[in-house]
Order: sequence, then structure tokens, then C-alpha cells
Amino acid sequence: MDSSIAIFLAQDGILNGSIYALLAVAFVILFSVTRVIFVAQGDFVAYGGLTLSALERGQTPGSLWVLLVFGIVAGLLELGRARGFGLRQRYRAIILAYFLLPCAVAAAHWLGMGELNGACRILLALALVVPLGPYIYVIFFKGLANSSTLNLLIVSVGVHWVLTGVGLLSFGAEGYRTNEMLSAVYQIGPLTITSQSLSVIVLTVAIMLVLYFFFNRSLEGKALRATAISTRGARLVGISAESAGTRAFTMASAIGAASGILISPITTLYYDSGFLIGLKGFIAAIIGGFASYPAAVIGALGIGLAEAFCSFWASALKDAIVFGLVIPVLIWRSLLSTHPEEE
Amino acid sequence: MRTLAASIAFLTALVAFVPGVPPFWISLFNLIGLASLVAIGLVILTGVGGMTSFGQAAFVGFGAYTSAILTTQYGLSPWATLPIALLVTAVAALLIGLVTIRLSGHYLPLGTIAWGMAIYTLFGNLQITGGFNGISGVPPLTLFGVALVDPKQVYPLVWLSVVVAVVATRNLLNSRVGRAIRALRGGRIAAESFGIHTERYKLAVFLYAALLAGLSGWLFAHIQRAVTPTAFGLNAGIEYLLMAVLGGAGHVYGAILGAAVVVMLKDQLQDVLPIFFGSGGSYEVVVFGLMLYLILQFARDGLWPLIAARFPKTTGRAIEIPSGNVVGAPDGSERVGSEILRANGLVKRFGGLVAVNGVDLSVRAGEIVTLLGPNGAGKSTTFDLLTGISRPSAGEIALSGRRVEGVPSRRIAALGVGRTFQHVKLVGDMTVLENVALGAHLRGRAGFLRSVLKLDRGEEHRLMRMAGQALDLIGLADQAATPVSELSLGSSRLVEIARALCLEPKLLLLDEPAAGLRKFEKDALALVLQRLRRDGLGILLVEHDMDFVMNLTDRILVLDFGTLIAEGVPAEIRANAKVQQAYLGGVA
Repeated sequence: MDSSIAIFLAQDGILNGSIYALLAVAFVILFSVTRVIFVAQGDFVAYGGLTLSALERGQTPGSLWVLLVFGIVAGLLELGRARGFGLRQRYRAIILAYFLLPCAVAAAHWLGMGELNGACRILLALALVVPLGPYIYVIFFKGLANSSTLNLLIVSVGVHWVLTGVGLLSFGAEGYRTNEMLSAVYQIGPLTITSQSLSVIVLTVAIMLVLYFFFNRSLEGKALRATAISTRGARLVGISAESAGTRAFTMASAIGAASGILISPITTLYYDSGFLIGLKGFIAAIIGGFASYPAAVIGALGIGLAEAFCSFWASALKDAIVFGLVIPVLIWRSLLSTHPEEE
Repeated sequence: MRTLAASIAFLTALVAFVPGVPPFWISLFNLIGLASLVAIGLVILTGVGGMTSFGQAAFVGFGAYTSAILTTQYGLSPWATLPIALLVTAVAALLIGLVTIRLSGHYLPLGTIAWGMAIYTLFGNLQITGGFNGISGVPPLTLFGVALVDPKQVYPLVWLSVVVAVVATRNLLNSRVGRAIRALRGGRIAAESFGIHTERYKLAVFLYAALLAGLSGWLFAHIQRAVTPTAFGLNAGIEYLLMAVLGGAGHVYGAILGAAVVVMLKDQLQDVLPIFFGSGGSYEVVVFGLMLYLILQFARDGLWPLIAARFPKTTGRAIEIPSGNVVGAPDGSERVGSEILRANGLVKRFGGLVAVNGVDLSVRAGEIVTLLGPNGAGKSTTFDLLTGISRPSAGEIALSGRRVEGVPSRRIAALGVGRTFQHVKLVGDMTVLENVALGAHLRGRAGFLRSVLKLDRGEEHRLMRMAGQALDLIGLADQAATPVSELSLGSSRLVEIARALCLEPKLLLLDEPAAGLRKFEKDALALVLQRLRRDGLGILLVEHDMDFVMNLTDRILVLDFGTLIAEGVPAEIRANAKVQQAYLGGVA
């Protein structure tokens, strides 16, 4: 291996690693706020990329129907669960968020928003996928708030199955790649950088910064952190755990869909590609112990690099090696974690 | 229930031979049988042992690939590969298990996802396993020179394996080893405190479940006659878990029920749903995903308990408990008055906090000593040090003259120290008698094999009798067959004492035994403790209840901020100004 190959592999590794880092951050947010280890996180990636691709090809993306169905189911559940005072106002909010929002997105699509320009198309793709996050929370997790982490994990596996099955139905078995939005190529010494891959890294850093400021500077972000530390304590000062859950899932699906849109010009995405990508983000989250954002990001970059270099030496076995490497990390994490067994 | 299950098993065995049953259905039954084997393993691993595995399909793969490779490439006969396939699976499970059982909490299932993925990728990429195309042309099994190619021919073999697995697993669960496995879910600390080597049992359960999966894989290879990696991937692993959870993760028959529902649904959904929704989807996956959610939402214990509840419940065997004092009396090696426990200068620091600071204490045979002190005085920490749960930062502990600092709690139990817990730690889904028998773990020797083969009955009888006597002693003999989850807090504390007595301890450590007891229960408990003292036991109490303590105890030690501030007979303690200050904040 000479240095130019090494540089190329490193570049590739950092590119993939930054996507894993985004997903890892989403895992950490979800786990710390809701205790859900959301295995289906990666499916948002596939949904985001494939929705954008369908819009580009001038088709109605299958995710539109998914959005409508999930919205109606979640909305009906919410109407059924609504109790207490201010009911009328709450009903109005539910109808707006679960019935009218998907309809508005659908209307925007049929009115041709996706054909205006690239930016509108991306916005539409996000609008089609992001609401799925909170809808999934409402349908599958809201009623299980007091379950063990393990049960929540099993349910999230169920959600993953639902999303892959529905994904196959919505997008077909074929893989797609979206058009490159940026085509410039920069040459820096031995380094060839496409502006597309540069944009992935720049946007990843930008999203991280936004998240950083959200969690450290905004009241809503602080409320989420409070819920993560103690649900009961947060509730006592007037922060609703459920709205925190909805927010966390919205952030997770937004991060997932954005990642999918970012990588869709670089990698061919299939309806089930998300799982593998998600799992790697997930491993990075494990490295961070589901608690530390910086550790998760560093872990993600490490996985990206490990994967890139493995694919040079033993391309077929790269996944086996990456997943095998998790086990020592898990042991290390187990040893660090105090035993929650004692009351 | 038992005869019902047996007759169902017998009827299923005959199904294949009813004329007119289409071969397609028999193939389906075979698949159900193969899946049941894996799911039965998961019942004991996940439902009973509390270790959730998403990766069981990998062990099916080890069994299947080993046999497929040996028969197609090295020309071995399928029967000859059976022991090798099981051996390979066992070695793989041993290596993976050694790592997996060390994972705590939700890291364990995540770990199984990781190695499940890694092994699947290996199967799909290695040359020897034929890559993603797998291995085809695997020879069928032969019996007396007849090749078993028809589904009808392999059917008896598959279901014979299932019946053997069911019987073996039920025997196992109903034994000394089984109780130890069932105690794993109740937490490591309690199990270790009566001498159970939790890691060894976890590993044994892991191996057992993997071997059942490996057996299923070996059968699978020779029935399907081809092996491809997708059958052993993560999705397959999750499907097996779905079967176990659906059937009811703690029930052996539930595994078969779950396997039947999942296999048949999968088959039917693949045929039926495309008629309504068009082809091109994998609808069964969606349905399975929803099912996982619905079970955990509405029937967390799975389907089997719902079915079992419809049949009259077989009441626990009538338990006759011979009278006489066997349990509780020390074996005579300790003379009344000899020192059983001595601790000198015990110190425990947590970072900068000194929780226990230079405590000296001793307990003699035939005396009751109480450790008294306000909240946060270091009583529980002292208890943890004495029982080997944590290691003292400094100081010495000796049991009958033998130094034991840093010795694990299961070894301390073996040295004759029984204990109870401040927060009761009983195994909720076991009966009172079974819980008490857990305390007699070290009094038995039967291992995995003897339990599976049911060669442990003599010993079982003895252990149960010991448990019965211990229950009799604390006055709960009539509750022997009650599930402990139905007991009051007070009775649960008494059951813990009975469990500790089954250890035949020289020293009994009781952590707030009177908390939650009613007046008459306290009086009864005091009588029991006095009787045990007469029999020569040394008893160390941590207690808040002054009345209870003052009339019962020989000596009282008072701890405050980790330091002993007073020691003496109850009357002295009552008059001690320092004690009054610690408790009441100064004397007016």
C-alpha cells in the first residue's frame, strides 16, 4: 500500500465515518431521552435517499403513502389517548400534526414542489420522511414508556421489520443513486476531493454544531437533556416526557433522512441498505456508551477508517471484522457500567 | 397438564402417517420441529436465564455448515458428522459464550447482534462455506440403508429430537441446576450468596441452547440438502427470538407453539398477502414486526400462559415434611461460645468517602449480635464486606479463624454463612419451597447431565426435605406450594431466612429481618431466632426496630458515620449518651 492509496482510503473512511457519526448521535439522543435502542434508525437513511431518488425520477415516492397511513394511525391513537383539560385545543393540535400535515406534504408534492429545483426537492423529501419519526414514537413506543430497555429493544427490532417490509413495498427491490448536486473536483497535492464528498463532511459538521447549540443554548434542548438525566425530575419541573420523546424521534428521523440524502449521490441505496449503515452508527453509539456524543463521533470515524482499510486487505470480510471489533468494546463498556441490579 | 401434553405430542407424531395429509404440510411440520429445537434453547437461555440472544441462528449455521462441508467435500456419512457438528457448535459457543456472558444489561443483546452479524458475514464470504451461494448437494440421512428423502421419512426423526429436547429441558428446569438457572434472572448477588457460581451456569445454559441450535442445523442441512447463509443471518436469529417471545419465553411448550405460529404464518403470509397487495413486497416481515410489538404491548408473557390458564391447574405435589430438627443445627464443629466471625479494623472507602472506618466486631456461636445505627451509618456496607460482595479497603475478616477478605461471596457461603437481604431477593416465578431449596444449593452435587437424565431424584428428594424442614421452622410450611410473588413482604422476609437456613450456616447475617413484619410475626421471628441461638448458631442482625432488638440481642454494636461509637448489652446501649446523641440529636 502506498501513501496515495492510504490517503484515498482515509478519505473514504472519513466520509463514511461522518455519516456513521450522524447516526450515532441520533442513537445517543434517542436512547438517552427515551431509553429506546432504535435499531430502525438506519431505515430512515434508506427512506430519505430513496424518496429523493423517486422525486428526481418524477415518481410519487412510496413513502408518501407510508406517511399518510402512519399519520392517520398515530393521530387516531393520540385522539384516543387525549385526556384532561384543554381537550378541544389538544384535538386541534392532533388533527393538525397527524392528519393535516401529511395531507399538506402530499398536496405540495402533487402541486409539483419536487420539480421546481434541487433544494425544493430535498425539502420535500425531508418533509415526507421526517414526520415518520414522531409517528413511529406515538404508534409503537409511547404506550410502552415503562417497559424495560430490553422490551423496547425488541419492539424496535419489530419496527425495523415493519419499515423494511414497507420499504420494499414502497421503493421496490431495485437500488438507486441520486444525481450529484455538486460536480466540482478539487486537486490538493496527491488528494482528489469531490465537492460532493466535501459537502457531506461540511454538512455533517454543520449538523453537529446545530445540535451542540440546540442542546447547550436553547431551552428546548436543555429540557431534552433534563429528561435524559431524569424523566421524573424533568416532569416535576413541567417538562413532559412524552413531548420530549416526540422531539427526540423527530430529531432522529431528521438526522437519518438527512444522512440518506447526503450519501445518496455517492452510494447506491436499496430499501434495506439502511440497516447495515445504521448498525455501524449504532456500534459507534455503543463505543460512546449511549451517553457521550464526542466519544460516539470519534468511534464513528474510527469505524469508517477501520472499514475502509479492511476493505483494502480483506474486502469480503470487512463487515465481519467491523462487527467482530465491537465485542471487545462491549466488554470494556460492561466493565465500566455499574451494575444496575442493586436498587 | 402433563398427560395432555403427552397426548398432544403422541397425536402430532401420528399426523404424518394419516393418509391424505399433503407432503407439503409434512414439510412444514418438519420446519416447525427444526425451529422448535432452537426456540426451546432460547426459552431456557432468554426466558429462564435472562440472556436475550438475537444470534441463535449463527449456531444453527455452525451445525449445518459443519455437516454440509464434511459430507460434500470429505465424503463423511451424515451420521458420522453429527458428533463433529455438535462439537464444532460447542467450541464456537464456548468461545462466544465466554465473551457474551460477561456483558451486562442491554450490552448483552447488543453483543449477540454484533457476533450474529459477524458470523453471518463470515458464512457468506468464506470460500469453504461456498460464499453467498452456499453448499448444495448435501446427502440425505440414511437409516438401515434407506435414504430419508421424503418429508414423511424424516418427520419421525425431527419430532423425536423435539420430544427428547422437551423432556431434557423440563428435567433440567426441575432440578437443582434448573433452580440455579432460574435464579440467574433474579440477579447475580443473591444467587452468589447461596453459593451459585453464576458465570459457570450462564455459560452452561449458553452451551445448552447453542447445542440445540446446532442439532437443528445438522438436521436442517440433511433435510433441505442445501445450505445458504441467509438461513443463519440476523433476521433468522430475530425470528427465533420472536418464536420464543410469542410462545411465552419461560415455557418449553410455548417454544413449540411459537415456532408453529411463526413458521405457518410465514408460509401462509407469503402465499396469501400478495393476492391482496400484489407481489413484490415481503409482507410477512411487516406482520412479524407488528406481532413483536403487539405481544410486548398486550401479552407480555406470550401465548402459552393464556392457553395454559384454560386448563385446570395441577396443584403442587403435596409436601409432607418430616418433623425433627435437621436444618439449622450446626454440625457440631462449633462449640457454643467459640468465635465464628471476627473483623478487625475494617475500612471501606468509596473515592473520598469513608463509609466504614475501622470497625471491629465479632460473633460467637450461640449469640445474637445487633448492628445498630442511623441511616447512612455504614451498616449495609459492613454487611457487604462481611459477605464478600465488596472488598475492604483495609482490615481483616476471619471466619472460624480463616481469613476471607476479598473472597467471593459464593465461597463465603460455602464456609457456612447464610444471609438475607434488606430488599428481598426471591425468584418471583418459583414456589416458596423451590426458593428455599435454592439455599440448599451447596448441599447437593447433581450437575447438568444428571439433571437432564433425571438421575438426581434421590438428591432432589433430600434437598426438598431440607427446604421443607426449614419452612416448617419459620412456620410457613403450609405455603410451600405458593408462588413467592403472592407472599406479603413479611412472609417474604421469613422465606429468605428459611433459604439461608438451608445452607446449614454457622453464621446467619440478617439485614433488617423485622422490617415490614406485623407484631405477631415479629414475635414468631424472635422465637425462631432464639431457638437457632440455642442450637449454637451465631447471628448478626442489622435492625432498626428497638423493641425487637432489645429483648432478643446479647450484644449491640452502634455505628455512626462509619465508626463504632458504642458496644455492650442492650441496657448499656440504652443508657449510652453517645448513642442517644446519634439517634436523637442530643439529650435535652
